[in-house]
Amino acid sequence: MTAQQTRSHSIDMSSILRGQQQSTAPNETCIKVENLNLFYGKKQALHNVSLDMYRKKVTAYIGPSGCGKSTLLRCINRMNDLVDHVTIEGQILLDGENIYDKSVKVAELRRRVGMVFQKPNPFPKTIFENVTYGLRIQGVNDKRILEETVENSLRGAALWDEVKDRLQDNALGLSGGQQQRLVIARAIAIEPEVLLLDEPASALDPISTLKIEELINELKEKYTIVIVTHNMQQAARVSDYTAFMYMGELVEIGTTSELFTNPTKKQTEDYITGRYG
Amino acid sequence: MKLWFKSGSPWIWLNAAAVSTCLIMVIAVLGLVLVRGMGNFWPAQVTQFSYQEEDKPISTIIGEKVDTSITPAIMAKSTGHKMADNEDTLVQYLVKTGNRDVTGADFRWIEARKVHEQSDPESLIVIERREWGNFYGQLFEIKENGKTVATGDQAMPELQTRLAATLVVVKKIAQIEKKEIGAINYGLERLRLKQKKLQLQNLWNSDTEKQFADDKADFDAEYQSHQAELASLYKEIRRDTLIAKTESGTEIKIPLAKIVKVYQPNQMSVFGKLSFFGHKVIEFLTEDPREANTEGGIFPAIFGTVMMVIIMAIIVTPFGVIAAVYLREYAKQGFTTQLIRIAVNNLAGVPSIVYGVFGLGFFVYILGGNIDALFYPEAAPAPVYGTPGLLWASLTLALLTLPVVIVSTEEGLARIPKSIREGSLALGATKIETLWRTVLPMASPAMMTGLILAVARAAGEVAPLMLVGVVKLAPTLPLDGNFPFLHLDRKFMHLGFHIYDVGFQSPNVEAARPLVYATALLLVIVIVVLNLTAIIIRNRLREKYRALEG
Repeated sequence: MTAQQTRSHSIDMSSILRGQQQSTAPNETCIKVENLNLFYGKKQALHNVSLDMYRKKVTAYIGPSGCGKSTLLRCINRMNDLVDHVTIEGQILLDGENIYDKSVKVAELRRRVGMVFQKPNPFPKTIFENVTYGLRIQGVNDKRILEETVENSLRGAALWDEVKDRLQDNALGLSGGQQQRLVIARAIAIEPEVLLLDEPASALDPISTLKIEELINELKEKYTIVIVTHNMQQAARVSDYTAFMYMGELVEIGTTSELFTNPTKKQTEDYITGRYG
Repeated sequence: MKLWFKSGSPWIWLNAAAVSTCLIMVIAVLGLVLVRGMGNFWPAQVTQFSYQEEDKPISTIIGEKVDTSITPAIMAKSTGHKMADNEDTLVQYLVKTGNRDVTGADFRWIEARKVHEQSDPESLIVIERREWGNFYGQLFEIKENGKTVATGDQAMPELQTRLAATLVVVKKIAQIEKKEIGAINYGLERLRLKQKKLQLQNLWNSDTEKQFADDKADFDAEYQSHQAELASLYKEIRRDTLIAKTESGTEIKIPLAKIVKVYQPNQMSVFGKLSFFGHKVIEFLTEDPREANTEGGIFPAIFGTVMMVIIMAIIVTPFGVIAAVYLREYAKQGFTTQLIRIAVNNLAGVPSIVYGVFGLGFFVYILGGNIDALFYPEAAPAPVYGTPGLLWASLTLALLTLPVVIVSTEEGLARIPKSIREGSLALGATKIETLWRTVLPMASPAMMTGLILAVARAAGEVAPLMLVGVVKLAPTLPLDGNFPFLHLDRKFMHLGFHIYDVGFQSPNVEAARPLVYATALLLVIVIVVLNLTAIIIRNRLREKYRALEG
């Protein structure tokens, strides 16, 4: 690939980036990952990763398949605890508190750090019950509060107008895109601080993807968002910061416009220009 | 030809043949059971034979032709029949002649060649009696307190009206004897045990003695009043008798109180026979057995079977589900867990009689014996729980079917997608909350599958039950109106055991054979109904969680 081509690609990216508003508020660290090493059995999946994620910003992780970006994401709400034979070294600070400390209750942590998965995974219950699931677990049974939360969350996930007349229908009857927004509504119903999105649009059609992306732009007003994506255009469209990972290592992190237009590392440049596919 | 083999069609044909063979066999079994079982309730024609045995005058034989046997001449000769040279075969009829009180047997074989004449006279009657089996013959007259009130043509209608009245009284007597006096006896027994308990605890004094005497007097008074009522009712039904003539012309006297039904099958139209058939079927389903289980209904056996299966299901489901949840969700997956799983699977292959022996040794003698020693010292030496009964039978069968429930629940749990669990956990649910709210409801169809298999196996099991609680004839149902209503310590009747008992332990094998088929049919129906219920529930649940299958 020639320098000419590289430049033209960068221009392409910057045309996407131009449309994005850069918020001017000062950056406050929300999540701080420090020297994180993760092993699946003997195989090391994350190598000494350190990075900061800022409050009410969208941070995107990009990188080729198997580079450890999902693993890193799942460390933030300790989803990796469910995997057998996993060992984690280092620490992750959420608001200055180490989430791997022994005193931390995992369920409590997960209430503060919501997560949306790659494939929509609504429960086989009504739409209403899906959204109120988290609240009911916390023991909230007041019908008025539940109804209010359902409306707010569904509005927040831009789904209210589509489902308001069939809240008592089974959630499995919704389309894929609707299901994914329902899952987001379910996650924001318990008002977390952080929202982790693990390739939230990869199983969806372009129109649904667009809706999710618009939604992310709205959600960052209230939540710190971390998103894993395969799609570099998507990272460029929705994120404020982008981290590029390769082979379990964090190669580079920077503001999205910087990373895409002016990457400092050769590996990053190779990836975003399409040399890894 | 080679091409044909390569195309795979021989295999398809082979598979189709295997399936058809299975189907044909199943249908044949059910068909045989259905025809033989239901045929028992159809009113058969009653035939009058004029029969001449060698060197004897012509006699009359009245009865239902039940069976025909054809024996080759050579074999007939070897069993002592005299055969003429031109006879190739010996044809014999099995005739149900009834009248056991007169002739000593219900059935006899007669040779077709010795029958001079046979006809189905319309006047022949069949009397179904409470003892001595059926009566076949001619109605002669009706007597009230020894005086003739109807004879000849008027006898039959008169008989039917009087019989209807008598049956009402008989029913009333049964009601009083079984329910009212049963309750009194039950109360007296409890009183006796209470008294003994107080004596054992040294709390027996003049106060309690007086109170007990009062209670006892109440029961006695109640009993006396019932007794008086019974006496008058008995007098009422003893009033009427009928005189009938047997095939040989002997007149016999039958009190109406001993009669269940009188009918003239040769006069019945098809509709009459159909309605008779319906009545007999209902009677079979709802009445208690009579005459060493060879007559009457099998209601207690149906009740006992269903009751036992339900209690077993109540016991086995929670145990199996909890065990499966632990094995699948909590236990560390490794060699030990795998070993336990293999052990559980193998448990399903242990012969059921082994479970019976275990149930008798452990549940009945050890558990039951200790319960008796601890809680029912007053009943000694008579055992309460230290003897086979419904509870122990249900527990034994629960043990027997536990592996099935565990295995299918585990499979159900394994099929729940990881994403659903993660979704729940990501919302701040703990593991147990995730299990309760999401995983277990979604695994419920699999649990139902396990339960269906368990019910199917348990309902048909007989061998272990013979050791832990089933009896030939239970005087009382395990569920009745006496506190505490559900009597888990009682022995009970069971359809499977009933088949064995009627078929092989009966004093009157010929009479009981149709009942074996009918009971077998009913057992199959009961199992099918229990299974269908469970299957319907499971399909509802499946429908609810349909998107997650596969």
